[in-house]
Parts: sequence; structure tokens; C-alpha cells
Amino acid sequence: MATLADLPTGASATVTSIGGERAFRRRMMEFGLLPGTTIELRRVAPLGDPVEIRVRGAALSIRRVEARNIGVAALPVAATDARASAVRDVGMRPSLPARP
Amino acid sequence: MSTASAATASSPTAERPGVVAPKRVVILGNPNVGKTTLFNRLTNENAKVGNYPGVTVERRVGRLDGASGNGARDVDVMDVPGAYSLSARSAEEQIAIGAALGLDENPKPDLAVVVVDAGQLVRNLYLVLQLVELEVPCVVALNMIDEAADNAPRPDAVARLFGVVAVPTNGRTGLGVDDLVRAIERALETPPRGSIEVPYPAALRADVDRVAEALPSAWRIDVERDRALARWALVSIDADDELDNIPPSLRERALDVQREGVHAGRDLDQEIIGARYAFLDAHAASLFARGVDEPPSRAFSEKLDRILIHPVYGFAIFLVVMMVLFQSLFTWADPGIRFVERTVLALQVFAADQLSGGFFRDLVVEGVLGGVGNVIVFVPQILLLFLFIGLLEDSGYMARVAYLMDRVMRALGLHGRAFVPMLSGFACAIPAILATRTMERRRDRLLTMLVIPLMTCSARLPVYTLVIAALFPPTRAFGWIPVQGLLMVGMYLFATTVALLSAFVLGRVVVKGRKVPLILELPPYRLPKLATTLRMMWDRTRSFLTEAGTVILACTVALWIVLSHPKPDHLPPGTSPAVAAQQTIAGSYGGRLGKALEPAFRPLGFDWKIDVGLLGAFTAREVFVSTMGLVYGTGETDDPAPLRDRMRAETRADGKPAYTPLTGLSLMVFFAIACQCVSTLATVRRETKSLRWPAFLFAYTGVLAWLASFLVYQGGKLLGLE
Repeated sequence: MATLADLPTGASATVTSIGGERAFRRRMMEFGLLPGTTIELRRVAPLGDPVEIRVRGAALSIRRVEARNIGVAALPVAATDARASAVRDVGMRPSLPARP
Repeated sequence: MSTASAATASSPTAERPGVVAPKRVVILGNPNVGKTTLFNRLTNENAKVGNYPGVTVERRVGRLDGASGNGARDVDVMDVPGAYSLSARSAEEQIAIGAALGLDENPKPDLAVVVVDAGQLVRNLYLVLQLVELEVPCVVALNMIDEAADNAPRPDAVARLFGVVAVPTNGRTGLGVDDLVRAIERALETPPRGSIEVPYPAALRADVDRVAEALPSAWRIDVERDRALARWALVSIDADDELDNIPPSLRERALDVQREGVHAGRDLDQEIIGARYAFLDAHAASLFARGVDEPPSRAFSEKLDRILIHPVYGFAIFLVVMMVLFQSLFTWADPGIRFVERTVLALQVFAADQLSGGFFRDLVVEGVLGGVGNVIVFVPQILLLFLFIGLLEDSGYMARVAYLMDRVMRALGLHGRAFVPMLSGFACAIPAILATRTMERRRDRLLTMLVIPLMTCSARLPVYTLVIAALFPPTRAFGWIPVQGLLMVGMYLFATTVALLSAFVLGRVVVKGRKVPLILELPPYRLPKLATTLRMMWDRTRSFLTEAGTVILACTVALWIVLSHPKPDHLPPGTSPAVAAQQTIAGSYGGRLGKALEPAFRPLGFDWKIDVGLLGAFTAREVFVSTMGLVYGTGETDDPAPLRDRMRAETRADGKPAYTPLTGLSLMVFFAIACQCVSTLATVRRETKSLRWPAFLFAYTGVLAWLASFLVYQGGKLLGLE
């Protein structure tokens, strides 16, 4: 499964799962990063870590190890407006996150 | 939270007949939404600063600067620390819900003002949604409405969706603040009753009801509110959370329900949070002027970031900014420090003239006034450091510092934001320790506080200068490197290495704490607001003076008594003042203590005279120089030359010189590590609200310093360097 950490800099994708520790998962979800949300790997810090991501117009910095917990898939082809698809997909989908 | 929370719902004043208790408003909101600026505007900058019960998190309460004013009821406004959500895992995160609901020792608020970043609407409304679910009457301030440009959120739509009052504001310009005040006053008269129905999945409803059954009766109000509180418990409670006052039965039930969920392959957190965002997303588009949820462009911030966090320019600019900060702490604070010293000296001279001789005069002049000076002398650096921190935080650059330095700091177990406090430690530990407030987590603050005193502060310089000048020849190694300068640089490198290693070890052994993921928001760059920064500078300084200052003053007076009493019985007439001072200090309690301590410090190469100097240095490290001046009868001056010569000439009983370069090195190593500074210890006590941590700091640096000096001295002797 591709993760956020595998994305090339500047690329966007759709979140498919959020794994890792509960504290991390909960915090990310409360920032609005949920399965179906569009996410962009904006840049990598000069020393290689952390990485800057864009979610819902906000810039967040997370560590690379934690970025590996976020599963991503290519954006839906038809989704010219990525946010519209995020609205459709969010929440109720029975996609289970990888539990440690 | 406690089951006694119901009792605190109304304050004692409310029960007294004839006295109308002020209404209470809490200001909540995500970090970086301009909450503090808006708070300052609402209260007209009249705020009392205190602490939340049980945690060292600042609580600011002010009076609402009412627009109507004429006999209207007073309104207290309380600023709650920024939070993205009400759910919590630590006592610090718990503040938000405690303040919003009036749990624990928090008074129950009549109204919540939720400050919302209009440019980050959906994420900010997540907090509003939680509050409305919990039936907290809300007024929403759609702040920084200017940044949302042509696609601003529509207040009427937001108000309708949640059943709250919504007012567009711009805290920076004051736009909409009068409207907000009026909305607050109206909402206090008739509290807006919010209502929303988030379509949670059916299976989850059953789980939530089971948790709601376990709520203590004091927390229960009505079915929907109980369910909302149950959802809070379900998302917040953990097998190893650090929440306060959660009844065991509730905790057990929440954990049971979570476990069953995991067994059934469900993820309750995601079901709850996902349903809320699904609700928000479904309505988002209708909340905006242009009918689409499109966050405003970050083009300006993006352009700046391309330079400011660029691998080359980014670090170059970072270095320049840090050098300016660092240099200014030394040079810009200097006139202020000298002004304080001169003023105190003038006061001392004045008081000495006014009072008749004897113990009382000495106490006032040398003890109390000297002690007051010893407190105020920190003010210039504290002001300056917080000026920088305020500007760095408000502009958004501090988050970038943490982003740039995270890799390095994390390797040491430190938070990225620990960089500025640690750097400031090279100037003085006091402002640096106060600056650890920029970190949210107690663990990060504590660890940083424990290693800051190891950074070579400027008060150690006069000691190093004296020792190096007295005991090391002004020769050049390899014909070109000045030995004295090399030693000075070596001491800085040595102390910094010890500090970083200590951080590494302490972070693994002493302040372990849970590993919490670092999720850092990089807010858009904004022009800092000077008024907010000035306000913070003053608040920090005032709380330092009143809380740490009193302890420092008391300790300074106590040390003065110890080092100057009892007075020698009689001195032969014609004794010079220097000799009299020498006799006094040698016979004082401090002098006796120094002699008693001699066996303990002998293995480090220190005689009792140095021990007395170390004792004196507790007031402030540079006082070592003047104390040694007293001990050697060269007078209490800042001119080290006579003392330097006197130390060189000092011999032991066997005729060998008492001070060798090896003794000097051992002494400097001791000074580099030992936290022998009452001001630092008092400040750590104030910031941790405990005696345990300053005691630990004193003990660990003391033991480490002794061992290091022992190794240097004894090792040097074995190598024949004596």
C-alpha cells in the first residue's frame, strides 16, 4: 500500500487509511484528515524530516515515520473538484485503518 | 474533572443576597486564530493573569469592556488556551472542556465565544460543533474575515446551521468588535440554544448510550448532553491517558466499549470524528459567499516559505535571525542592566545615609536593596526575549524554526520549539526558562528547563575570565592560538556538549512521558501585532517579579546574612576595611560552612576559600568574583586585577601554590555544570509549581559537576599536570 511518505514532493492523493498510534490517528482525524480527504505532500524539511502536508487548505508538519501510517491512493480520475469527492467519501466508508 | 463539579457551578458570590455575581464568558478557539488579540480588545487590556487549577497553564481573566455600560451586569471574560478539539489525553488538553463546561474548580460559564479562523472554516467549526453538542451557548466570531477575501463565510448561514450567533470580526483592526460585544450582551440575556443533529451510525449510538449510563450523576443534565459527554469520554479516555478526575466507573465503561469495538473490527474514533466531518462537509459549501468551500489562497505565505524554509537560504536566514536575537540579549539588554545596577547602588547609598548604623541598616542596604536589585536585573533580558518571541510567534516564523530544527532537536529528545529557549540560555537561564512556555506539553517544557541551566550563561563569564587570567599564561599554542581564548571557547563547547547529552539521557530516564506525535501547524505568515506582544512582555515580567522575584529576594537576603554574620567581636583600631571584611567573611556562618565543606571539595582541588566563593555565587554566579575579593581582603570590587595577583601568590601549607592551572580548570568545570543559582532554582520552582523539580535540578547538576571536576583534577594529577 502506498503511503503519504512515498508520494513525490508536490503530489496530491486521496487518503485511504490512517494508522499508527491512537493519539496520532485521532489528532489527524480531528484536523479533518479522514479516508477520502485529499492530501498533498507539499515539501520535505531541509534536513529530510519532518514533511509539510496540506489538508483542507491548512499546512501541517508531521514526521516522516508518522507519514508512513497514512495510506494513500491516486486521486479519482474524474474528480476535477477533489473536495467534492472528499465530501462523498468521508466517514461512513467501512475502510478500517491498519492497527498496530 | 470531579464529581464535585456541580458544587462549583455557581460561585460563592452568587449566593450572597444583594451581590450580583458577574456573568462569565469563556473565549475558545483553535491556536493561531487571533484569540488573544480579540481577548485584549474585548477586555480593553485589563486582565488578571493566573493559572488553571492543577496545571501551569496561564489563565487570563478580564472584564468585558461593555458597549452599553450603563449599570449593565459585569461580565468576566476568560481566555482559554488554543485547542483544535475538546477531546483530550492530558491534563493540559483537558482545560478546554473543563473551562467550557465548568467542570472541576472552573466556574461554569454562561457563554462561550468561539473564535474561528474564517479562512479555515470547516476545521474550526469542528470545535463549534462539539460545543453545540454539549449544549454550551455559543457566539461565533468569524475572525480574520479579511483574509477570506471574496469567499468569506456567511455569518447568517453559520448561525442557522448551528443555532448560534455569528459575527464577522477582525481582531487586528477592531472591525466587528463592537458588534461582537453587543452580540455577547444579548446572548447573555437570552442564551442562544444551539442544536444540530449529526447522523452518527446506528451501532455507535448504542455504544454511546452505554457510556452515558456510566456518567456520574453530577455530570448528567439531559439525554442529548449526556450523549455528547459520552462521545467526549469515548474519544478521550485511553488505557494510559493523563486525564484528571475521571471517575473509575466511567473510565472502565469507556475502555470496555472501545475494546468491544476493536474486537468487532470497528474504529469508534473514526466513526465519531468521521460523522462530524461528514456533517460539516455536507453543509460546508452553503456556508460560503461563493457557495464553494474553497480555502483562501496561501500564495503569499507560500512565496515566503520558498525562501524561509529553503535548504540554503532558509538556514542562512535562520542563522541570521538567531544571531540577532542572541546578540541583542547581550548588547541591547546591557544598558538596561547597567541602569538597574546604578539605580540600586544610588538607592543603597541614599538608604545608608538616611539610616543609623547597625544591623538594620546593613540589612536594608546590603540585604534587601541588594536582593531587589538581584531580581530587577533580570527584567531587561526578559522583556527583550519576549519581544523577540512575541514577534517570532505572531509572524508564524517560530513554527518554521521548529520545522527546520525538528530533526536535530528530536535526536536529543527535545521539541523543535526548545531551540529558542536553549539559545537564550547562553545569555541567562531566567528568561530562557520563562520562554519554555511556548511549548504545549509539560514533558517538553520540563526537559528543556532541566538542561537550560547547563548552557553557559553570561554570569559565568566573569568567573571564567578571572580564573583564566589568574592561572593560565597568555601564551600561544603552536605559536598562534592564544591559550586563554582557546580555553574560553573550550568551556562553551564543553558545557553545550554536557547540556545536549543531559537532554538525551534525562529525556529517556527522568522525564520519559508518552511519545506524542509532533503535529505542527504552519500558520500563514502574518504581520505581528505589537500591542499583543507588549502585553505578553508585561504579563511575563510581572508574574516573574511577583512569583519568582519574592523567592529570589528572600534567598538573597538569607545568603547575605549567612556570609556577613556573626560579626567579629572586636577588630584592632586602624584595621583597613578590606581586612575587616576579610575577617568578617572568614568568621561568618558562610565562612564556617566553607571550612566544614572543605573535605568534600578537597578532592576537586578546592580549599575552603573557594568553597565560600561558591556559596556566594548562589546569589548570582558573578558574585563569586566579589566574594573571593572579600575572602582575600582585596576588597569588594569588580576590578579583578588585585584579586588575580593575590590568587597567583596564594600558597598552601607546604609552600606549593594553592592555585594551579589544574585547580582553575576543575573550578571552571564545576561552574559550567552546577546549577548554583538561586534565581534559576526559584524560576524553575515557579514554572513547575513544585519543589521537586528544582531540587532534582540542583541535585543532578551538583553531582554531575562534582564528578566532572573530580575526574579533571584527579585525572590531571595522575597525568602529572599538578
